Amino acid sequence: MSTSDAVVDAAAPRVRSTRRRGRRFSRRNLSIIGFLAPFTILFVLLYLVPIGYALYKSFFIIKRKGAFGSPNEVFGGLDNYSRAIEDTEFLKSIGRVLLFGIVQVPVMLILALVFALLLDSIFGRFKRFFRLAFFVPYAVPVVIGAILWAFLYSPGLSPILDGLGAINISINFLGEGTVLWSIANIVTWTYTGYNMLIIFSALQAIDSSIYEAARIDGANEWKMAWQIKIPIIRPALILTAVFSIIGTLQLFTEAQVLRDSATSITSQYTPNLVAFTAASANNFNYAAALAFILAVATAVLSFGFLKLADRKGGE
Amino acid sequence: MSTEGRSRSAGLTTTKSLMPTIVMAIAALYFLVPLWWLFVASTKSRGDLTTTAGLWFSDFQFGANVSDLFSREGNIYATWLLNSLLYAGVAGAISTLLAAMAGYALAKYTFRGREAVFNTILAGVLVPTTALALPLFLLFSKVDMTDTYWAVFVPSLVSPLGVYLSRIYAGASVPDTLIEAARIDGAGEFRIFFTIAMRLMSPALVTIFLFQFVAIWNNFFLPLIMLTNQDLYPVTYGLYVWNSQAARDPSLTTLTIVGSFVSIVPLIIAFLMLQRFWRSGLTSGAVKG
Repeated sequence: MSTSDAVVDAAAPRVRSTRRRGRRFSRRNLSIIGFLAPFTILFVLLYLVPIGYALYKSFFIIKRKGAFGSPNEVFGGLDNYSRAIEDTEFLKSIGRVLLFGIVQVPVMLILALVFALLLDSIFGRFKRFFRLAFFVPYAVPVVIGAILWAFLYSPGLSPILDGLGAINISINFLGEGTVLWSIANIVTWTYTGYNMLIIFSALQAIDSSIYEAARIDGANEWKMAWQIKIPIIRPALILTAVFSIIGTLQLFTEAQVLRDSATSITSQYTPNLVAFTAASANNFNYAAALAFILAVATAVLSFGFLKLADRKGGE
Repeated sequence: MSTEGRSRSAGLTTTKSLMPTIVMAIAALYFLVPLWWLFVASTKSRGDLTTTAGLWFSDFQFGANVSDLFSREGNIYATWLLNSLLYAGVAGAISTLLAAMAGYALAKYTFRGREAVFNTILAGVLVPTTALALPLFLLFSKVDMTDTYWAVFVPSLVSPLGVYLSRIYAGASVPDTLIEAARIDGAGEFRIFFTIAMRLMSPALVTIFLFQFVAIWNNFFLPLIMLTNQDLYPVTYGLYVWNSQAARDPSLTTLTIVGSFVSIVPLIIAFLMLQRFWRSGLTSGAVKG
C-alpha cells in the first residue's frame, strides 16, 4: 500500500523545540484518538467481536439430556468442523460455487475487458451512451435484479421463452442442469458493466503518448491491446478478479430469490444457504463454524490469487 | 488530451469504430431489455401480463397499478421505501463521516501502530457482509436487539472500504502545507478537518457515500436474518417477501413488478447523474489496489 504521502508529515514537527513539541504531541495524540475512535470502536464491535464470537461459538455443540431433555451447550472442540468436512451437502455446495466461479468469473471479466477496449476505441456521442447503458444494471439492487430475471425465466411471463417457443425451442431455465447458469447470467448482467467501468477508467489513465510511440513503431490495434493496454491495466483486472472471487463464494441472494420459482435450488444449494439453513434450524454453533470456514476460504482464495498474480507479474 | 489527434483523423476513426459500435449496441440490448420489460410489465393489468407480448404495451394501467401498490396493507410499501432511505441514506451518511475522519487521521498523522490499524481495517474490506450477518445476529440476540431498526441500522455504520478510500483521497487532495498554515494561524485539529479537509475531500466523500449507500441498499442477508416485523423491512426485502408469497396470492405478482420498477427509478436516475463520482472512485480503487 502507498503510504509515502503520509510519511512527509512525520518530518515536519521535528523542527520545533522539545518543550513545544511535547505539548503539541499530546494535543495531537488526543486529536488522533478523536478522529479514529468513532470508527474504530464500531469496527471492533461490529466486525472483530462478531467474528471472534462466531469462532468461539463454533467450538460448542448442543447436547440433549435424554430424548426429551432440555438442550445444553457443551464444549465440543472441533466437532462442528469435522462435521462440516464430512457434510456432503456442504461439500457439494462448495463444488457448485467453485464450478460457477471457474466459468462465470472469467466469462464476465473477459466480456468486461473486451467492452472496455471497444469503448476505448469508440469516439463521439455513442461512447457516453454505452458507458451509461452498461452501468445501469449495477444500479438495480441485487434482490430486484434476481426477481426481474426470475420473471424472465418463468414460462407464461417470459418474452425470451415466448421468442424461443416461436422458433420451436423449449428450454427450462430453472431446471436442475440449467439453473446454475441462469444464476450466472444474473450475476453477469449485474456486474459486467461495473467491471467494465473499472477497467475503462484504468485505460483512460494511460498516457496517450505511449500509443503514438507504438503506432510509429508499426503496432496495430490488436497488438496495442495485448502488449500495451492489458499489461498496464493489470492491477485493475486483478482487483476485479479478487472482488468477483469473493462474491462467488458468498453467492446467496440470487439463489435465495430464485428458490421461489425453481424447485431445483435446494436449501443447501450454496455454502451460504447451508449456513443460513442451519441457523434457521437453530443450529447456530454449526452455522457459525460454516460461516467461519467460508470466511477463511474466501480470504485464502483472494490472497492466493493476489500472490499468484504478483508472481506472474514479477517474471 | 488527444482530442487534437482524434479530430485530425476523424474521417478514419468513424469507419474504424463502426464495428465496435455495432458490437456494443448489441451488448447494450442485453443490459437494457430486461429493464424495458420491467417497465412495460408494470403498465399492464394482471390478465394482460401473461396473455400479451412481453416487450410491448397493451392496456396502459400504470396509474392503477401504482395506486394499488400504495394502498396495499395500509401503505406498507411507502413505509418500506422510507426505511430503505433511513438505512441507506442516514446510516450511509454517518458512516461516510466516520470513515472520512479515520481515513484522514491515517493519512495525515504519523503514530505508532498506524500501519497495524490500517491493515486490520483493510482486512475488513475483504470480509463479506454475508459472513458477518450470522455472527451479528447471535450478538444482537444476546442483547435482545434483533427485530429492531438498530439491528439493520447500526451494522451499516461501518465502512472499511470508506476508510481505505478516504485515506487515499486525503493523502492526495489535502496538502500538508495547508494544514501547517492553518495550525500556525491557530486553528485546532478538528477545525482544520471540518473546515478545510472535508471541503477538499468532498468529491471523494460523495463517492464513498455512494459506495456505502449501495452496499446498505443491497444488503439482503442482514434484514433476512434480523427482521420479522414487516414495518421494519427495507424495500428490497419487502419485495422479496411479496414475490415469495405470489404463488398463494397472485395479485402480489403485479405489485412486485410495479414495486420493483418504482423503487429502482430514483436509484437509476441518481446513479446516472452521479456517474462522475463513480468513475473517480473506481479509478483510485483500481490504481491503488
